[in-house]
This record gives sequence, C-alpha cells and structure tokens, in this order.
Amino acid sequence: MPANSAGLVAKTFAVYAKDIRIEFRNRYATSVVLMFAVTTLAMISFSVGQASLDPQLLAALFWIALFFSAMAGLSAVFVREEESGTALTLRLKADPTAVFLGKLLFNFTLLALVTIVLTPLFFVMTDASTGQIWAFILVLLLGVIGLCSATTLIGAIIARAAFRGALFSVLSFPILIILLLMLVTATTRALAEQPIGEMLMELQGLVAYAVVMLTGSLLLFRFVWRE
Amino acid sequence: MYRLTAKALAKRFGSRKVFSDISFEVGSGEVLAIVGPNGSGKSTLLMTLLGEYRPSKGEVIFSNDGSPLEEASVQATTSLVSPYLNLYDSLTAEENLVFFASVAGASVTGKTINGLLSRVGLEGRGADLVRAYSSGMKQRLKYALALMNGPEFLLLDEPTSNLDDQGKAIVYEIIEEYAGRAVVVIATNESEEQRFASQFCRLGG
Repeated sequence: MPANSAGLVAKTFAVYAKDIRIEFRNRYATSVVLMFAVTTLAMISFSVGQASLDPQLLAALFWIALFFSAMAGLSAVFVREEESGTALTLRLKADPTAVFLGKLLFNFTLLALVTIVLTPLFFVMTDASTGQIWAFILVLLLGVIGLCSATTLIGAIIARAAFRGALFSVLSFPILIILLLMLVTATTRALAEQPIGEMLMELQGLVAYAVVMLTGSLLLFRFVWRE
Repeated sequence: MYRLTAKALAKRFGSRKVFSDISFEVGSGEVLAIVGPNGSGKSTLLMTLLGEYRPSKGEVIFSNDGSPLEEASVQATTSLVSPYLNLYDSLTAEENLVFFASVAGASVTGKTINGLLSRVGLEGRGADLVRAYSSGMKQRLKYALALMNGPEFLLLDEPTSNLDDQGKAIVYEIIEEYAGRAVVVIATNESEEQRFASQFCRLGG
C-alpha cells in the first residue's frame, strides 16, 4: 500500500475510533436512533394489526421506519462537532478526506446496527414474509450505503448553518427521494419473490447512486468543510 | 526561514466591516501583537489568517524560504490556542492528544505526552476526562496540544485567559521560547503579553 494511502487509512480509523469511543461513552446517537426505530415500528404494528399487506405497502413502511430512524441520528455527526466547538480543532489538525471517511464509517456502523435490530422486528411485528432473502439483504446493504453517503455530506453542509433542521429537510428531499423510490421498488420485488433478473435495473441504479454519492462527497467535502 | 504575510487584508460580515487594509509580514523569531478594543476583530483576523474565514479582500501567505507552503504543510506547522478551540470533553487529556496526533499523521509516545502535560502543569491528570477539568486546566491542555507538533507558526488568541498566576508564567515561558525561533502572533489587550511583541497590528483605530 502506498505511504499516502496507508496514512489516510490510519487517519480515517483514528476519526472513526474517536467517534465510536465517544458514542460508547455518551450514547447520543444510538439511543435516539433506536428509540425512533422502535417507536415507528410499534406505530406501524398497531396500525396494521392482523391485516395482510401487499409487498409494495410493506416495502414503503419498512423504508419509512428505517429512513426516519436514520435521519434522527446520522446528520448529528458534524453538528455535534460544531456545537461542542471541536470542529475548529479538527479543521486545523485533520485531513478533510480522513474526517469525511471516518464520519461516513461511523454513520455506516450506526445505520447497520439500526438495520440489524429493526429488520427482524419489522418482519415479526408485521407478520410478513422475507421473500427473496439474499436479494433483500443486497438491497438493504446498497440502501444503507446510499443513505449514509448522502446524509453524511448533507450533515456536513448543514452543520454550520443557523436553521439546521429546516435546511436538512430541504436539502435531503431532492437528494434522497430518488434513492428511496429505487429502494422501495427493489424491496417490493424482493418481498414479492420476483426473480433477481427483474430487479436488475433497480440494483444497477442503487449501485450507481452509491458510487456517484461517494465520489461526489469525496470531491466536495473539502470545500464544504473549509468554507 | 518561515514567514507569515498578510496583504491588504479585509473582512466584512454582510454590510458590517470588521477590518480593512491590514498588511504585515512576520518571520521566524518575531512576535506580532494584534491589539484593539473588544469587538475590533482580533479573533476574526486570527481566524482569517488560518483560513477559517475567507478574506473579503487581500491574501494570506504562509511561506518557507520564500516559497509558499501548501495547505497540508501549513496545517502541519501551525498551532492555535483560542477560546473558540475546544477539545473533546468525553475523552481524557491523553486520548485527546493521541487522537489529534493520529489525525495529523504523527505518532506520539506516552513519554512525549507525559512531557507535554508536565510542561503545562497537568502531570498526573492525563487519564482524567476533559469534562472534569476546570476552564484553566482546559486552557493548559490547549497549550499541550499546540506544542505537540513543534509549530513554526504559533497563533495565540487571549493567551492567558482563565489561567492562574502559575499558568500565566507557563504561557510566558512558552511565548519566550517560541519567540526565539517561530512566527508568533498574539491577539491580546494585556500589556504583560504585548511586551513580547516586535511588531504591532492595531485594529479599530
């Protein structure tokens, strides 16, 4: 591995380990995200009752639960740095790319944890079938990567703004709506046990979204972080 | 020789002018004192020098032997102590220092960390969470962080705020040491701190 890449990996890991350590000690994001997830799931479960839902409705409800839980915690990674006054220290000392990648990894870990907790609970509480399980897991993975890369950059953009909450919603809508539509369609197909060939367009779209968001975020973050 | 140059620097926030036409050149072994009444823009000028704020006009150049330094080199050779700069409350002092060394691509030994903490009068307190520190201890820890990279550019905003007499003496020692070999910029109104200056930049006049 070239020295520069090895250095970037070590710096990224330092940012990630620091955020994990602080989260482990304070549990700011984990408690908010998990409580949001459980509350949303309980509401869905009580509303649905014993009714049998079709895959499209199930997919939409699943992503609503995951999306709103994620939004409650993922945008906070940069906001916390600004509010505690540590963002300036980080800007003066750290490589911006390492900061972005470390925060992205942290958000990925958080969202993966929520997904692992929420997904089995969702299927138990709605009494739904998982359909094509591997296709469903693949869609989940691509969804988590897409959501993390988009919300990490949006979180950085809004961190220094005065009306963060409103700005986060305004910026998120056009960026995330495309992802959520693809996710709901792909999940519907997986739950309906359609052959994977019929999901190919959505899967390609999800991969392309993740690649574009990650590349764009890496290119733009330096400017967002410094300005 | 390292040099910090400001050329016709101006900063506005919207329609409000903070400062304008600020020019100076400070080399290694020189101390610039930025002075002026409260609200005259001393901290804003320091932040503008560091690139935290984009100047409305003019430019800032960090150079070594006449060649402008790249952003990464400026980052590696510059340290700031300021009331606006904070460390992580949920980490210990040692964890903070190790973390900031790691993200800067450096490695520090326990001996180095103990030496830095001892230098600022925090020996034996390295394993305490920063949230348990008093404001004066946090200020001392900022100096430990600032000295960790052996800076060529040392920027100090209200250098002795929150410090007791012993803490102030430590800071004066540090300024005296760096005044002999680095570019030191101090934003202050304290006459005790201005005595180190070889140049003055007066704001709000």
